[in-house]
Amino acid sequence: MANGRTIAIGIGTEASAASRRAGSLKKLARRRSTTALLLCAPLIVLIVGLKLYPTFYAIFLSMLDRKMEHFVGLDNFAFLLTRPSFQLVIFQSCLFAITAVVMKAVIGFIVAHLMHNIRGRNQRIWRGLLLVPWVIPLALSTLTWWWLFDPSYSALNWTLNWLGFESIPFLGTTWNARIAVIAVNVWFGAPFFMIMYLAALKSVPEQLYEAAAIDGATAWQKLRFITLPMMRNIILITMLYSLIVTFADFDIVRILTNGGPQDSTHLFATYAFNVGIESGNIPRGASVSLFMFPVLATLAFFVLRDVLKRSREVST
Amino acid sequence: MAQVTLRKVVKKYDEVLAVRGIDLDIVDKEFIVLVGPSGCGKSTTLRMIAGLEEISDGDIAIGGDVVNDVPPKDRDIAMVFQNYALYPHMNVYENMSFGLKLKRTPKDEIERRVKQAAQILDITELLDRKPKQLSGGQRQRVAMGRAIVRDPKVFLFDEPLSNLDAKLRVQMRTEIKKVHQKVRTTTVYVTHDQVEAMTLADRVVVMNAGLIEQVGSPNDLYHSPATKFVAGFIGSPAMNFIACRVEQAAGALRLRLSDTLSFPVPADRTARYTPHVGKPNLLLGLRPEHIIETRPHIEPNQHDFEILIDVVEPMGMETLVYFTIEGTEVCGRVNPNAGATAEKPMKLRADLSNMHLIDDSTGKVL
Repeated sequence: MANGRTIAIGIGTEASAASRRAGSLKKLARRRSTTALLLCAPLIVLIVGLKLYPTFYAIFLSMLDRKMEHFVGLDNFAFLLTRPSFQLVIFQSCLFAITAVVMKAVIGFIVAHLMHNIRGRNQRIWRGLLLVPWVIPLALSTLTWWWLFDPSYSALNWTLNWLGFESIPFLGTTWNARIAVIAVNVWFGAPFFMIMYLAALKSVPEQLYEAAAIDGATAWQKLRFITLPMMRNIILITMLYSLIVTFADFDIVRILTNGGPQDSTHLFATYAFNVGIESGNIPRGASVSLFMFPVLATLAFFVLRDVLKRSREVST
Repeated sequence: MAQVTLRKVVKKYDEVLAVRGIDLDIVDKEFIVLVGPSGCGKSTTLRMIAGLEEISDGDIAIGGDVVNDVPPKDRDIAMVFQNYALYPHMNVYENMSFGLKLKRTPKDEIERRVKQAAQILDITELLDRKPKQLSGGQRQRVAMGRAIVRDPKVFLFDEPLSNLDAKLRVQMRTEIKKVHQKVRTTTVYVTHDQVEAMTLADRVVVMNAGLIEQVGSPNDLYHSPATKFVAGFIGSPAMNFIACRVEQAAGALRLRLSDTLSFPVPADRTARYTPHVGKPNLLLGLRPEHIIETRPHIEPNQHDFEILIDVVEPMGMETLVYFTIEGTEVCGRVNPNAGATAEKPMKLRADLSNMHLIDDSTGKVL
């Protein structure tokens, strides 16, 4: 910098050209956008390295043959679609994700309302307690559930027997296992919905309810015409986010059933692991894991566009 | 349309008494303003009339029916909130028609009423907009429109103008008065601004510390305040309170303000003030407009005195002068051409025909 200034004073074409260069560099460095870019650089490097590169590499992999030597286009996807076992995975993934997300949303919404009506310190205590399932590492808590679902030694079946009922093979039959993995996912994910909805509820101004009360609204009408429209964006974003995460769920199925019985509980992620890592067909595993990507990306695009439009209209 | 009656109404929050037993009769079509400093219980009183706060004790009746346990939705009232409380996800038309829609009013009737209210408030072209796209004044109109379309028994306003800038506030004040003249609905209006109270009200209710200090027409409160609080609260600049003694001298009463300054008591008040001769804790209440410059013609009960002026504040149409009597700052309003100069003595005139004698220990005007 100091150099640039000294040269600038000197006379002669060479010196002035150098000073111009130094000056434009200085200008570039001084630009706010340059500073912003530099400050963001570590993050950009991280995202490119950990997100973009693996994504594009997975897309590339999914278009190779088993030996990863020849480019085969979309053949892997076409082949998968013809396989009954993969059709079952699509069905189970959709059943799992949609049922779990809807149940998490409904339970989260109800619990958030109950919490909202608890005043003061008690609310904080309950909120903390109810968040516990979401805070415990999922693999660990799923192991506990696996133990609870054990046909011979579990607390659940022991209680059933004690009450005089037969033992239930929780993970032994197709539908039992399907319901079990959904139940554990709901148990794990509902607190997240609860906390998001509680925050949304708290952000609805009390005066809107008072105005509605004076306008003649019943409790149900307040919920329908004030609470739900005011929470709409949070509800949509939470459900979208949860849908994406639940579609990608791995731990629960891997630990509880490992896809069984008879591959009836496989999700995209566990099936991709099964095909790609355990069976050694990495390109096909990659195409399994990418299968939902276009669907979810399109859904995300429309939901987020709607949310953005609404928040522009509504926020004050 | 209806009268509103409050009988011994009390509001208790845990151990704090917010409203301490007030009685008030609001007649049909009247515009009542509750005014007082913050925390005086005026908003709580309004919210109890609305049904948004439970009553700890006493009775509230609207149109002759006690409504203590009636929820807000069945009280047939409309309320305008301080921050408007418009539903942000509904457009103006939906905001205004929401109450009617809940009552299952026929669609064409809703449309007729909304259009009519929109016309009164001059917001017809805003009906499709969302609240976010409106200015403060427009939101205020919509909030009023939402109240008008319902055609309720009572309008309640909770400091509706305090979020507006000074110019718009004056404009909307006139607007509210016009609307009331058109629709003639019983109105209870809460404000902390005494100018708003004076300009809008048929009758003003001055509240302080959970009690009603005085109820009366704006002129009554201004000219005949019942307590020191009302005397000091109504009017701007506020009334001067100067410590004084009532003395008997040669068959006449005199007000002594200091060793060198005393005025004869107006003849028509001699009988009223005689019992207070020699009592301590008395205050002379005199409004700034009753301390003026000297003029050639002198009216009865006016007395000239000379005093050192501390500060001069030219206001354009008048000039405020400040001086001290026995350590108390006193304000007077003089003609801008009277030649008031800071730190120079000036001859002033006190008009005692509008004086008040106040017992400072009880706060009562004697």
